[in-house]
Amino acid sequence: MNRVVITGMGVYSCLGKNLDQVRDSLYAGKSGIGYDQSRKDFGFRSGLTGILEKPQLKGKLDRRLRIGLAEEGEYAYLSTLEALENAKLDTAYLDSHEAGIIFGNDSSALAVIEATDIIRAKKDTTLVGSGSIFQSMNSTVNMNLATIFKLKGINFTVSAACASGSHAAGLGYLFIKEGYQDMVICGGAQEVNMYSMGSFDGLSAFSIRENEPTKASRPFDKSRDGLIPSGGAATIVLESLESAQKRGANILGEVIGYGFSSNGDHISNPNVDGPYRSLMRALSQAGINISAIDYINAHATSTPNGDMFEARAIHKMCGDLKPLVSSTKSMTGHECWMAGASEIVYSLLMMRDSFVAPNINFETPDEDSAKLNITAKTVEKNIDVFLSNSFGFGGTNSTIIIKKFAD
Amino acid sequence: MSAITTDEIISKVNAFLVDEFEVEPQSITPDANLKETLNLDSLDYVDLVVVIESNFGFKVKGEDFVNIKTFQDFYDYINSKIAAN
Repeated sequence: MNRVVITGMGVYSCLGKNLDQVRDSLYAGKSGIGYDQSRKDFGFRSGLTGILEKPQLKGKLDRRLRIGLAEEGEYAYLSTLEALENAKLDTAYLDSHEAGIIFGNDSSALAVIEATDIIRAKKDTTLVGSGSIFQSMNSTVNMNLATIFKLKGINFTVSAACASGSHAAGLGYLFIKEGYQDMVICGGAQEVNMYSMGSFDGLSAFSIRENEPTKASRPFDKSRDGLIPSGGAATIVLESLESAQKRGANILGEVIGYGFSSNGDHISNPNVDGPYRSLMRALSQAGINISAIDYINAHATSTPNGDMFEARAIHKMCGDLKPLVSSTKSMTGHECWMAGASEIVYSLLMMRDSFVAPNINFETPDEDSAKLNITAKTVEKNIDVFLSNSFGFGGTNSTIIIKKFAD
Repeated sequence: MSAITTDEIISKVNAFLVDEFEVEPQSITPDANLKETLNLDSLDYVDLVVVIESNFGFKVKGEDFVNIKTFQDFYDYINSKIAAN
């Protein structure tokens, strides 16, 4: 069994376009949420969304390599470029070693809609253009990044709703732990365009606190009224300890546990048992006591039911041991397919710089969140071990535990 | 509306080829090889059909490209299609 370490990370989110910007936003408790009138005009119940600048890649990336990238692929290209630089990996190394890629992604709606609009208008599929098919598939991020970075190892996409990014990291961990790969680039990507989120808005799942966008995402708070859609991309480089040490890589953390489960219950309403089993499986695999966990990055999205069930699951696991808990979705909104990966990056930044980012807008606990040690303020704290939860539609659950590296 | 002149066609074609395929304008000369200059692979011909349709309003068949070797061939082809339409 190999030990699995993280040697690189990168991010592009509504909290910033790179690690430094995101780290500062996390520390300051800065929200990336805003109001988008065009959503209301389109028929959305809520105009709230994470606000991201569209990357401009023309002139930076060769045309053929660029035109297959959908919106989320552009974010993922930038987060992966940063992660590879962070890991001190260059093209020559990737070309001569077997590095894999497993990304979490569960839609590429805009590309599909744009292509369909052209076909409807022109009655001719050949006028869609050559990039469209490579933008339209769920595996769009994987197929493009594997081509751009000339990756030669395992290459597939994980579609697991809002746990996609976390399962991607978990599977990368297993591939390396079991000795099948020395290095796997893992991540998650999420499109932000309104077309991808209309049907989700239609469930009345989004917050309508539109007069206060930065206060709208309030996980665990008693007055929470729904999530806010958001997105971007995040990437981590997972590597066997042997590979990392051989090339003298800087080690950011060690993955020690991956828990997973399925609720076997309702398609959208969570429960306690499913997340609890995921938590306990991760803990068992990590071989640590609950008291070793310094910080839990909760999945909590700011929906009344979801946060309640997660609070109960965490409490069931931790009891009177009360590690610090925060949901960074209070600042980012719900980054959906990307969230499991980005929240690993956010937590790694906290571990690196010894702080716990706040669960902003946590003002009044409810009966369940009162039982957890949720921090609404930034806490200066050494983190040796953190746990990150991700749960998705269909009852898919994933839990990752990461430890500060020690020989 | 007056008919588009050959010079105008050349100018328009060159502009959208430079924009679409991201090549230097000076690399496009009448005798230069279209495929090599634009670095076209099989997928790029799909995009060539799209830009021609969006700029001139007519649909090109893939097999029409078989006889187009140089930019001059391409201008002549566009000219003939415009004249036929």
